[in-house]
Amino acid sequence: MSKIEKNIRELNKLQNLQQRSHWMNDLHPLGKLLLSVIYIFITVSFGKYSLAPLIIMAIYPIFGFIIGELSIKEGLYRMRLILPLVVFVGIFNPFFDRQVMFYIGGSGGQTGIPVTEGIISMVTLMLKGFYSVLSAYILIATTSIDDICYALRILHVPKQIVIVIMLIYRYFGVMAAEADRITTAYKLRAPKQNGIHYKAWGTLVGQWLLRSMDRAEDVYESMLLRGFKGDFIMKKQKTRPIDIIYPLIWTIAFIVIRHVLIRFL
Amino acid sequence: MHMADALVAPAVAGTMYVLSTGAATVSVKKVREENDPKKIPVMGVMGAFVFATQMLNFTIPGTGSSGHLCGGMMLSAMLGPYAGFLTMIGVLLVQCLLFADGGLLALGCNIWNMAFYGCFIGALLIWRPMMKKGASRVKIIAASIIGCVLTLQMGAFSVTLETLISGITELPFSVFVATMQPIHLAIGFVEGLITAAVLVFVYEARPELLWGIGESETVARKEAKLSLKNTIVVIAVLAALAGGIVSLFASAFPDGLEWSMEQVAGTAELEAEGGAYAVAEGIQEATSLLPDYAFKNSESAIGTSFSGIVGALVVVAILVGACYAFRFFKSKKSGVTAA
Repeated sequence: MSKIEKNIRELNKLQNLQQRSHWMNDLHPLGKLLLSVIYIFITVSFGKYSLAPLIIMAIYPIFGFIIGELSIKEGLYRMRLILPLVVFVGIFNPFFDRQVMFYIGGSGGQTGIPVTEGIISMVTLMLKGFYSVLSAYILIATTSIDDICYALRILHVPKQIVIVIMLIYRYFGVMAAEADRITTAYKLRAPKQNGIHYKAWGTLVGQWLLRSMDRAEDVYESMLLRGFKGDFIMKKQKTRPIDIIYPLIWTIAFIVIRHVLIRFL
Repeated sequence: MHMADALVAPAVAGTMYVLSTGAATVSVKKVREENDPKKIPVMGVMGAFVFATQMLNFTIPGTGSSGHLCGGMMLSAMLGPYAGFLTMIGVLLVQCLLFADGGLLALGCNIWNMAFYGCFIGALLIWRPMMKKGASRVKIIAASIIGCVLTLQMGAFSVTLETLISGITELPFSVFVATMQPIHLAIGFVEGLITAAVLVFVYEARPELLWGIGESETVARKEAKLSLKNTIVVIAVLAALAGGIVSLFASAFPDGLEWSMEQVAGTAELEAEGGAYAVAEGIQEATSLLPDYAFKNSESAIGTSFSGIVGALVVVAILVGACYAFRFFKSKKSGVTAA
């Protein structure tokens, strides 16, 4: 399966998750967006040696994945893009920071296996990476892009940016399908080639670019015909008590772990 | 080059959000002033186009490997810096949410590293001045390559700074920079070539779609054309010269790691005693072509300059060798699999 097909399939899976009937999907998007940002903010604010309280921060992704009936495999698969840089940055910590923090095991005069500060800081870095990706997955698996855009408008993000995000999302599927057709056609004409030959770069992508520009004109005319006046009309969502209680309880829990529980660990 | 949330401290993330928001506010104001309602759908569709193009792999000539387009420079050349910047914000946010490429907290950093440099520096300081007196194939190729290389270098350097200021890695500054910059030099060059190929095609087919091209564009089009191959050769020579000239200004002061050692041990080069050390030192002295980045027994500036060029050539040679080795082992592996 090609990279494009994989991405289209991933997108379809996400759309199915976003459209399912689940109480977490029905929560107000603003609360879920803010909760995700607060969780990531508090998670990355832990010191590089604060491993124990950071392990407790796993309660949110664990809750989200189990209660939200999400696949942990899918969540971990999303790590593939950011993992190389995180690993590169963290992998050297054990070599440069060799101060021993504690020993594992050891009895009868033997000291056991030394655990250095570098190892701890590497593990905390990896955990922070995992948690942030998993919490973002919980958000996007239970909230559609339209709902996230609605939340962004409530936060006064300029409508130009929000409209562009919505259009990118809507046309990404169309464009990706077109890219897939182009790649398939190219592969059939030029088998066993690793990518597109440099002589075809300009004409192949250039033609596609011009077609996209023409398509943008058609899109604009269609939008005008449907009454577009510079902004998308979004249905205002009612706020229920649970929409406030859910993010509030989690935020209190995170603050307790960050400022109270940390003293006992 | 997408940064993950784990790599930034909240203070760094916040600062970069503020900076990116400032650039976005200016861009929104400028796009509003242009008062072109057609532009918003064009931005959306172009954003989706760039997003989809990133999934196409392009063969890198002579290496056997492939690369893909990033799009910041191309968006600016088509839409202008302000609309291009807003479109890149959209692309980065959708990437972050849909494919976990980047993070919500690190979004401010990613916008700055990838969209700000590509759109503002690339478009306003490179593309526009070069196209002011009319466009030509050569100018488009040169602007694309210089723009992509320079903006990617700036972005990679920002990633290094943001990560180090966040204090999450023990990696010394010099090691981090020495790893990040050369990789992104190669990536920037390939992206520049792809961007140039696409923009030259647009210029030949519909030049009115390109941003920032002067009135005398049609006159400039009639100028003597230089082939893509010749232009790349000219740019490669310029890069080699730049490497040589820039190395003349290389700092004589110790780098961060040496400075730290000097503070701790009182000397930048630690003395080691013992047979193994003596043997290793002998081998190193015998094999080092340019010790301390200059000719042996030479204090001249030419030595430093030469070492800059030789260093660049050695890096290129290693890169090409590594690529061929990669291709050789890959083909061997696929041959074994097929058998």
